[in-house]
Parts: sequence; structure tokens; C-alpha cells
Amino acid sequence: MGLPNASGDLSTEVEVDAFRRLFPLRFFEKHLLESIRPDARPLGRARDTTIALGAVASANGSALAKIGSTTMLAAIKMEVMAPSIETPDEGCIAIDFHMPPICSPIVRPGRPAEAAPVVAKQLSDTILSSGMINLKELSLVSGKAAWMAYLDIYCLDADGALFDAALLAAVAAFSHLEIPVVSLNDDGKIVLSEEQGLSDREPVNKEKRKVNLGSIPFSLTCILHKNYILADPTAEEESIMETSVTVVLDSSSQLLSLYKPGGAVLAYTSAIQDCIALTRQRVKELQKILEEAISGMEVD
Amino acid sequence: MEVDREDGRSQNQLRPLACSRSILHRAHGSASWSQGDTKVLAAVYGPRAGTKKNENPEKACIEVIWKPKTGQIGKLEKEYEMILKRTLQSICILTVNPNTTTSVMIQVVNDDGALLPSAINAACMALVDAGIPMRHLAVAICCCVARSGLVILDPTKLEEQKMKAFAYLVFPNLVHSVLPEGSPSVQGEPIENGIITSVTHGTMSVDDYFYCLERGRAASTKLSDFLRRNLQQQPTNSSKAG
Repeated sequence: MGLPNASGDLSTEVEVDAFRRLFPLRFFEKHLLESIRPDARPLGRARDTTIALGAVASANGSALAKIGSTTMLAAIKMEVMAPSIETPDEGCIAIDFHMPPICSPIVRPGRPAEAAPVVAKQLSDTILSSGMINLKELSLVSGKAAWMAYLDIYCLDADGALFDAALLAAVAAFSHLEIPVVSLNDDGKIVLSEEQGLSDREPVNKEKRKVNLGSIPFSLTCILHKNYILADPTAEEESIMETSVTVVLDSSSQLLSLYKPGGAVLAYTSAIQDCIALTRQRVKELQKILEEAISGMEVD
Repeated sequence: MEVDREDGRSQNQLRPLACSRSILHRAHGSASWSQGDTKVLAAVYGPRAGTKKNENPEKACIEVIWKPKTGQIGKLEKEYEMILKRTLQSICILTVNPNTTTSVMIQVVNDDGALLPSAINAACMALVDAGIPMRHLAVAICCCVARSGLVILDPTKLEEQKMKAFAYLVFPNLVHSVLPEGSPSVQGEPIENGIITSVTHGTMSVDDYFYCLERGRAASTKLSDFLRRNLQQQPTNSSKAG
């Protein structure tokens, strides 16, 4: 697995695994000298990414996103609520990120993961400030009723780059979202119409419609280690080399976030420019994957 | 291009800075930092024996507790705790006291913009007051990008909310070298140009961000000078009999 004298017998494999556990940094550095990583990826390449839309049938919009082994399930439920007084013609989005104990051996049932509230807040800030969803589209009757979208993202397998996978799942779920048909009943309340053409009530929105997405944000996390920049780290890489930079760009190349929370390695201008260049490439890859997933659903 | 700021400051002008150390008697180190009306109190207790369960016992561990001025502790406070913890871990020399925990408590006294940078500055001064070994200090600054593309420094809360984007940047402080070859540099850039931490909010173009970095670096030299002067002053004699 990267070492030149790997023969077929068991003792050499055991030695490689032991070396990997006992001296993880040296194991990685031996690979970095050859410009490759233990899973045979070149330094700038992200892992294989897949998106499956409509993973949760009971939700109004859902998606399952996988980047390598990191798996995120996003689901959106819509509810009608009264809009706030300051913004009478705007709806609302509530974003929550959960890391249940299934995702990683570090997360135990009584003790929530440290990363969970941080990723939840970052996601919330990024999605709301990106302008992907225009909140005025979520309004039903100005001042009286508006949609509240509850976006829940569950991490099923935490293998590094949690924010990237979560953002991708959220964006895919929004692109799959269909706003249900509702109508105003005699009490003045909004109810879900089960079938069209049956009721004599006037439907408030005529048919299930998709949300218009503005510019979609995509992100890439990179790890800085000495002079190397590794794109899309696994959990093992993140735990050994702690300095990470997450760049979020939208489809018009505007910078939504450049997040570098501390870390022993200082980021100079050249390193930041390289990270941004890697993110631009990744944005194009992710846009293609998302478009293929959407057009795959429409054919059905 | 001039921009009108409500308190009459120019684009690159910081608010008046004030810092006092050793204000809390029970804490091993403490500092209060204020930038204009934003005031933060930091206290350091440690090093104490033992580390938390998931932490590496071969290194010292830093724990941060952030208390907001009002309200319950939520995701924002947890995020600030994590950013502060990782920033302080990168400036402290963790191998000097292995298997110990140093607790840093941050209490927000007033929030008028640039809260996280003030907290980082306060935490650094408190760590110096406690005598925790550090490689260099961290100097934190907030830069705002206006819709016209202009970058202003050290915004108040109103300015932060009006602007299209802002960035919190943390740099290592300026090194005054006594060696003839000057301060160390990496890849041709001096050490104080590297970023320790960067957190941005809102949408800006990539060029705006690099412009913020330049402005932030220039401001960080002023902040470094202020820190150096403040630390070089003699601490006040707390004994009344003296």
C-alpha cells in the first residue's frame, strides 16, 4: 500500500498497519514526498462524490450525499406559520445538523460531538447569506401565512470534510424540494389540499412547485501541512494534520466564506490562492454532479 | 474614495484601545480589553493537572468557556469557543507542560462590533499575565467590505450589520529581531504575513478578500506596537503598604 517492498505475506501487511498506527505522521509524510496519499489520490483531488435525490420519501425534499465515505442525509419538511412582524412577506428556514453516534466512534450517546454545533452554525450562515433561496418566495399570504422550511442534516458516517458533504446534501435537498399545494379553508386557515380539482376552495398555490435557486454555494476543505496542500481530507488526515482551510465559493465565483480556525501552519497569500484555485475546480465538478442528479430525477 | 463613518473615523482608523492586566485576583492571569465600546474580560486558570478524555496526554490542553452578556449559551458561543481554542492552541507551546489543562474564560461585557477579535486579543493578554509559554502573540482585527468594495477596519455593530461582508483575521504579532539578518521569513514572505485564523461572513469577491488581508496586516502592526508598549509597562504594585 505505498511501501516498495510490500509482498503478499501477512507479516508485511501487519507491519504496515502497525507503522500507520504508531507513527501516523511519518507514514503520511513518506507518501507526501511522492506527491500521493495513502488512498492513491494525488494531493489536489477530492474523493468520489455521489448525490441521490429523494432519499426520504415522506419529506418534501431530501438528498443523500456521499463524498468518499462521508455520508450525509438531508431532509426538508415544510410547515405553515405566521411570519414575523418585521418581515411580513418572507418565509423562514431553520437548519440543524445532527451527528448521531452511528457516525463515528468518537461520538457517544450522552456526549454530543464538539463539531456538531459548529458545523450547524457554519451551514446556517452560509446558506442564508448565499442568497440561494429568496425568502420572499416562501411567502403565502402576506402578513398572515408563510412557509417555514425545517432542514435537518444527519451525518451517517463521519470520515472527514463534514462541512463539504453537509453543504452538498443541503443544496441537493433544496434542488429537490417541492412546495406542496395548500388552500385557504373557511376558518381562514391554510390546509393541505389532498387533490386538485376536488375542492371548491381556491388553492393558494396552484400546483406543486420547485423553489428557484439563486447562486448555489459549493465548498472544499483543504489541509495545510508544511508546503503541501491536501484537498478533501479523510478523518485520519484531519486528526494528524490539524490545520484546515474551508473555502466556499458560489457559482459566480464570489467568496462566501474562507474559514481557517487556528492551526499550527500559517496561511500565506500563495497558499490561500492555491486553495481558492482548487475550490474553483471543485465547484465545476460539483455543479456537473448536481445537474446529472437533477436531470436523472426528472426523467423518472 | 472617502466613506462617512458615523463616529467620524477614517477608513483605516481603529477605535481607541485599552487593556489592563491582573484585574482579577483569584485568576492566575486576567485581562480586560476594550476597543471603543466593545469590552471583553478574559481569565486564565492553569495549568491544572490532567487532560480531558479525548485529548492527547502528551501535550497541554486548552479549554475555552465563552459567556455571552445575556441569553443562553447556543451554537454561536460554541463556535466562538472552538475558534478561540484552536487559535490559542496554535500560539501556545503545548509540549512544555504535557498532560495539563489551561482554562480560558471569556466574559462579554459589551458587544459593539468586532467581538471575536477583541476576545482573542483579551485571551492573549490574559495568557501572558498568567505566564503560559507562547511562541508569539496573536493579533486580531476585523475588516468590513462595503458594497462599493471599500474596506473599513474595526467596525461598530451597526456598521457590521450594514456592510455586505466582514472578515475576522488573526495574524502573529510583529517580530523585532535582534539578529542581523532580520526577522525570519517563509517562502519570501515575513512570518507576520501569515494568517493564523480567518472567519468571514457574507459575500465578497476574492479580490476584496485579498484587499482585506493587506489592510488587516497593516493594522496588525499598529496593534502589535500597542501590545508591546502595554506589556513593557511595569505592572502596578498591588500591595497597599508599598
